[in-house]
Amino acid sequence: MKKDIILAGVGGQGILSIAATIGMAAVRKGLYMKQAEVHGMSQRGGDVQSNLRLSDEPIASDLIPRGGVDLILSVEPMEALRYLPMLSPNGWLITNTAPHINIPNYPDLEALKEEIAHQPRHVMLDADQIARDMEARRSANIIMLGAASPFLCLEPQELEASIAQIFQRKGQEVVDQNIAAFRKGREIALEQEGMQDI
Amino acid sequence: MLLGDEAIAQAGIDAGMSGIYAYPGTPSTEITEYVIHSREAKAKGIRAGWSANEKTAMEAALGMSYAGKRAMVCMKHVGLNVAADAFVNAAITGANGGLIVVAADDPSMHSSQNEQDSRFFGKFAMMPIMEPSSQQEAYDMVHEAFDLSEKFRIPVLMRITTRLAHSRAGVQPRAKREQNPVQIPSDPRQFILLPANARRNYKKLLANQVSFESDAGASAFNQYIDGEDTSRGIIACGLAYNYLMENFPSRVVGHPVLKIGQYPVPPALIHRIYEQCDSLLVLEDGYPIMEELIRGYLNLGKPIHGRLDGSIPRDGELDPNNVGAALGIHHQEGRPVPSLVVPRPPSLCKGCPHIYSYQSLNDALNTYSKGRVFSDIGCYTLGALQPFDAINTCVDMGASITMAKGAADAGFRPAVAVIGDSTFTHSGITGLIDAVNDRSPITVLILDNGTTAMTGGQDSMATGRIEAICEGCGVEKDHIHVINPIQKYHEENMAIMKREIEYEGVSVIIPRRECLVTVASRIRSQKTENTEA
Repeated sequence: MKKDIILAGVGGQGILSIAATIGMAAVRKGLYMKQAEVHGMSQRGGDVQSNLRLSDEPIASDLIPRGGVDLILSVEPMEALRYLPMLSPNGWLITNTAPHINIPNYPDLEALKEEIAHQPRHVMLDADQIARDMEARRSANIIMLGAASPFLCLEPQELEASIAQIFQRKGQEVVDQNIAAFRKGREIALEQEGMQDI
Repeated sequence: MLLGDEAIAQAGIDAGMSGIYAYPGTPSTEITEYVIHSREAKAKGIRAGWSANEKTAMEAALGMSYAGKRAMVCMKHVGLNVAADAFVNAAITGANGGLIVVAADDPSMHSSQNEQDSRFFGKFAMMPIMEPSSQQEAYDMVHEAFDLSEKFRIPVLMRITTRLAHSRAGVQPRAKREQNPVQIPSDPRQFILLPANARRNYKKLLANQVSFESDAGASAFNQYIDGEDTSRGIIACGLAYNYLMENFPSRVVGHPVLKIGQYPVPPALIHRIYEQCDSLLVLEDGYPIMEELIRGYLNLGKPIHGRLDGSIPRDGELDPNNVGAALGIHHQEGRPVPSLVVPRPPSLCKGCPHIYSYQSLNDALNTYSKGRVFSDIGCYTLGALQPFDAINTCVDMGASITMAKGAADAGFRPAVAVIGDSTFTHSGITGLIDAVNDRSPITVLILDNGTTAMTGGQDSMATGRIEAICEGCGVEKDHIHVINPIQKYHEENMAIMKREIEYEGVSVIIPRRECLVTVASRIRSQKTENTEA
């Protein structure tokens, strides 16, 4: 068993918290893990990604071979498409549709959504809107983690335990809010078309 | 789960290190940061903190080694250029307490201005080099490198690259050991590099090369793995080994493989694989150093493949795909990036003080022709991008002031330098003295956000003392101004800049406002403290 994941977004959107949550659950389950991160200049509002690899056997490379990615989990729609060459023919694209517009030539959002909808295996949701509806504005990334959770070969309870551990310092209210966000994201993903295939 | 950087830091703590010195630089910063924040390091009294630049850090570490204790000094690859004087001469003095120099290279230039290979520097200084292929090896090598350093009384260079520095994996710790007691060198002349002593030390260093080689030959970090197909042998240095193995899901390559993790590599190891195989493929991240050595200038022997014959691209970092291609293994890539996806370059944060400094500077210079702003290394280098288009150079730490001076000396006036507070302390002060001595007509903007922002907000070495330093360097008090870079003072700030740009001498303007990221993280940590209290 192996899961090779690209986490994508814009510097400051919290993809490293997603990586940390998945990593904690994977390690607890006794899986091998490698995770390459981006630090430094690109963090200032540029595109960022993390290569996250989970396996029940030792992992060789810190980087995933291009064309070998099982799952792109993006917290931003344009960033989701940037890593398509990495995706394997059977891979899934799971993305937030709320754009992060910090450049003057940001493409048309409807065109981006159409492009995502053309991908054979995809899940789209507006995590920012869902977070606002839940009055948990800062939990959009955890909603996305929930949406990706059916693909991770980790039990939802294991991921929830990691969420609790990571947000513990911020108090029980924040923990509960993020667990609710996680469950909501998971529920929405499971309702989407094509999910019976996984 | 530790980053490669963190594995090195924890290994230092476990291996009885007494101090760590560094100037922040991606991808090396997290090593020192980890030790600074480690409770265990604090409890053990390990000295941890930032230095003014890599040279002062290297010298302080050498001083700790002189006193008999184990020390580590960390920097990015270009930082080793700054530390080079001390670094090369430290091979001549040798070490007393174990001394490790960590240089973090950045092939593909993720966050740097070149992709120089620090192994060249190690070879130049004739020091042993360790190059880990994994976080675990990085951890283990620190222990071994301290031993090697104390056995031969020589500093050891540890070379890592961005991928290892910034990638996490599980690491098994070793038994902890005590720090060394203070004990100065048994030979009182060891560290006095008068020519007579230096010649003697240098002969010893030359004679030791054979010992370094045989130590590397016996090292578990250099492994010969047999394979039946001898049509090709593969030499894989450091991280390249992982990309090689990634291409063989069974982890059996089938060709003889020489995995290299410690240098200088004894010729016997190379000879063995060369004799056994019809051709060689050399895989190394960075420059083709081993490849060039084996190939030789005339390339008259068996075919040697690698970066020099195009089997691997000549520049950029290795990855599973380009290593696979060199092996004749092709990975089917996914769909191309759709054309509507556009680049998203990094940018200054919303409300960043630099934005207002550049707006005022652009307006102050709008009556002059273009190309007058010499800048430096830091977040403010992003002023090169739209919408600012405000700077014309960025070369190396401190080059803004000295290049502005040179251009002004050439008659190109006005010339403006833009440098951050931390970069100014790193390498700007000496250039300012040059400008004052020549009374070069330059205006220096020292953008003072009170931190080393680009690398994540480490302490800046002269916070609160910038004006005093400038005055001490000889800048006239009337031509040193502190301004607040904020929208409402735009007109006022621009007028000061305009006036000083016209002044026929050295002037310094210090736009001062704290970095927003530092402010936010301070508020966050205060909140956490309050909750925990």
